Amino acid sequence: MTSKEGTLPFQFMADSGTPSSAAAAALPPAQVGGQETASVVEVANPKMAIEELNFFYGKYRALESINMQVAEKRVTAFIGPSGCGKSTVLRCFNRIFELYPDQRATGKILLDGANVLDKRQDLNMLRAKIGMVFQKPTPFPMSIYDNITFGIRLYERLSRSEMADRVEWALTKAALWNEVKDKLKQGGGRLSGGQQQRLCIARAIAVKPEVLLLDEPASALDPISTAHIEELIDELKSDYTIVIVTHNMQQAARVSDYTAFMYLGRLIEFDYTNTIFTNPRRKETEDYITGRYG
Amino acid sequence: MKLYTRRRIVNAVNLTLSVITTVFGLFWLVWLLWTLFDSGLQWLKPEIFTQMTPPPGSAGGLKNAIVGSLILTGVATLIGTPLGVLAGTYLAEFGRYSRVASIVRFVNDVLLSAPSIIIGVFVYEMVVVTTGHFSGWAGSLALALIMIPVVVRTTEDMMRLVPDTLREAAAALGAPRWRIICTVVYRASLAGILTGVLLAIARISGETAPLLFTALNNQFSSTDMSGPMPNLPVVIFQFAMSPYDDWQHLAWAGALLITLSVLILNIVTRTVLRPRRQEK
Repeated sequence: MTSKEGTLPFQFMADSGTPSSAAAAALPPAQVGGQETASVVEVANPKMAIEELNFFYGKYRALESINMQVAEKRVTAFIGPSGCGKSTVLRCFNRIFELYPDQRATGKILLDGANVLDKRQDLNMLRAKIGMVFQKPTPFPMSIYDNITFGIRLYERLSRSEMADRVEWALTKAALWNEVKDKLKQGGGRLSGGQQQRLCIARAIAVKPEVLLLDEPASALDPISTAHIEELIDELKSDYTIVIVTHNMQQAARVSDYTAFMYLGRLIEFDYTNTIFTNPRRKETEDYITGRYG
Repeated sequence: MKLYTRRRIVNAVNLTLSVITTVFGLFWLVWLLWTLFDSGLQWLKPEIFTQMTPPPGSAGGLKNAIVGSLILTGVATLIGTPLGVLAGTYLAEFGRYSRVASIVRFVNDVLLSAPSIIIGVFVYEMVVVTTGHFSGWAGSLALALIMIPVVVRTTEDMMRLVPDTLREAAAALGAPRWRIICTVVYRASLAGILTGVLLAIARISGETAPLLFTALNNQFSSTDMSGPMPNLPVVIFQFAMSPYDDWQHLAWAGALLITLSVLILNIVTRTVLRPRRQEK
């Protein structure tokens, strides 16, 4: 991989967050548009706002001055070639990167006006408000039922029947209830990949977050499971603000209302999904969505 | 085509070599087990479990030694397991980037391969000399010191096998660090950690050298941890060295007994814990 990783013997990084220099080789530098500012549209009803966000893996700068907004109860998609920093942006929203000591972010991310990157922000409370689903399904090594209750028990004391109701509610919301209602005591790892991913979505919404971050949620799944997940996203957006990272452009076009195109750690263009895919303002965006690189 | 032929020859050579080395290794093991069964099985009678170690020339068993060994090993496990698991947890979860942790890891690896007699002499110097007498506590302490590095190492390895995505998933739900470790990481690595503990028990149950310097031995039944404790390895050592036939027979029976229990412990570890690991 990149030489940067070689200098950090004890470092481990999530695959999705790792910038790679491979993408840089694919495009001549002239097209990157370093000095130009991004073409960013204003959002009508912003839930979150990113202001001058920079991100560093050690000394490597993975994100450069990102500015954009995330609309409430809409789906915002991040697209771009591998290593462009789209997952890194996502990992800033709930500060999950802080698990790794040499990663850091500067700038502001406002959630309902409060800066989540502020050190005084209580991390666990923040993460209760912002759920996250990862690329690879991550069922905990416990029963399906306990997988769902894990997050709930962190914040709420529910009676047995209330808890059972909540589990059913979350699993129904994630379109998984009918498949697992008779085997709730079974281990979560024994479900199929697509079911595991829906279990993870159910687990994330069980704590009733306001924002849902999806990091390539369907990239490890077959087309049928992918369709399930996409339908699910469509249903969930009436209640949640959803941010999805995907390197499947068709998926972004299908599920999202807004799309952000990123390249080499910069936000190139952010607009209505329709505009991005039919009438992009920037040349890089057009090249990417027409499949000229990436 | 030529390249392919070459590859097949290399494959054949390597396969043959690995089979030969495996057979070579197994040969000695089987021979050892065979000798043990051949000479020991006939003396492995019920009296072994019911009677005390006898004076030369009279009938007896190994009861006091067996009980003593169980107590010594049990206490060593009670001391060694929590310390080992906690240290392993520190290394796997908190000490990934710290310099202190890499020093601890290095020292632990050194301890892992330290000759057990050194541990025996160390505990002799620290405990036996300062208290003025041999004792079961000293014996258990020596065994625990042998056990700890094994448990630390397996705990760290097993916890590191748990993918970081699982930790991230738990953290993303807002779970604090200790809760992620206790409910998710431990659960995912439980089978591996238990295997490590059981293998460490198997390792210490046959140790003789450290006990010679610490628990010594006792011809009588004793459960007093502050005095010398009877134990199988040292009894085997003394009886096997003796000129008396019946003592030597008891030594054979004891050796077979230890080997069998270690064997059973290993088999149980592998059969009981493996399916659970796959199930998750």
